[in-house]
Amino acid sequence: MNGWSALDRFLRTDPRDVGCAKAMEMLHVYVDLVAVGGDAEERYPGIAAHLRACGPCGEDFEALLAAVRETAD
Amino acid sequence: MTAVNRVVYEIPARLDPESAEWLRVLGGPGAGREAALARLHEMLLGIAQREARRRGPRLLIGGPELEDLAYQAAADALMAITAKLGQFRGESRFTTWAYRFVILEVSAKLGRHFWRRPDMPLEAEDWDRLPDRFGFEPARESEWRDLLAALRRAVDTELTARQREVFVAIVVNDVPLDALAVRLGSNRNAIYKIMFDARRKLRAALVANGYLDDDDSGRS
Repeated sequence: MNGWSALDRFLRTDPRDVGCAKAMEMLHVYVDLVAVGGDAEERYPGIAAHLRACGPCGEDFEALLAAVRETAD
Repeated sequence: MTAVNRVVYEIPARLDPESAEWLRVLGGPGAGREAALARLHEMLLGIAQREARRRGPRLLIGGPELEDLAYQAAADALMAITAKLGQFRGESRFTTWAYRFVILEVSAKLGRHFWRRPDMPLEAEDWDRLPDRFGFEPARESEWRDLLAALRRAVDTELTARQREVFVAIVVNDVPLDALAVRLGSNRNAIYKIMFDARRKLRAALVANGYLDDDDSGRS
């Protein structure tokens, strides 16, 4: 990805984006769905849109998913 | 006489057996509850330590400070979990619900810790670092110089003072969003909303001036 497309991607906003508060409120439900292979993006498109765009929430999502997977082993 | 320190929680009907057991022992009496709390704390601490160690170096935090942060995050998460046990509705596994608390605690504590660094003036603006942030190659500056100049003009002319302050801190000065929220006495959600509106305005300005395409292809 070059700088031009990186900037374009960064500036794009998705109207479905639910914001941090809603995404974090439902994060455990979303993560459990991902962990079992369910289509979380289809069921919760607004949360998926947010996790793609928000660095901190995306990082929390990855961290929670990793915790769930590691403790399930 | 009725015990006042113990709350009997209603266990949601559709629970997996493991989650139901967690709720039963945490809502129960005596040694069983203490053992469950100790086990949960150990699990939370392990997650907090891993996350703190993973994120700490990027924020220049390490050693005993980072360990202390992890212990505090696990303790605060455990306190929040026990206080909110009655709010668990069984929409996920109990442990997933519980782990969320400690992940968010680590994020919040790292955000607060950021400002202990002495080299973090919020007011400075180093626009020269912007090309590197987005991966613009110095050798091809003639291709992107006008674009970034237009972006900077739009930041100055299209954004409100608050939007400009947030955009410059996060994008130009590379301040983590959670840390900025602490500094401005705000929260992650509010800062993200300000950034969301700023991004939308800036893209519209760059599209209007012919620097970016007016299409929807990048949305995903």
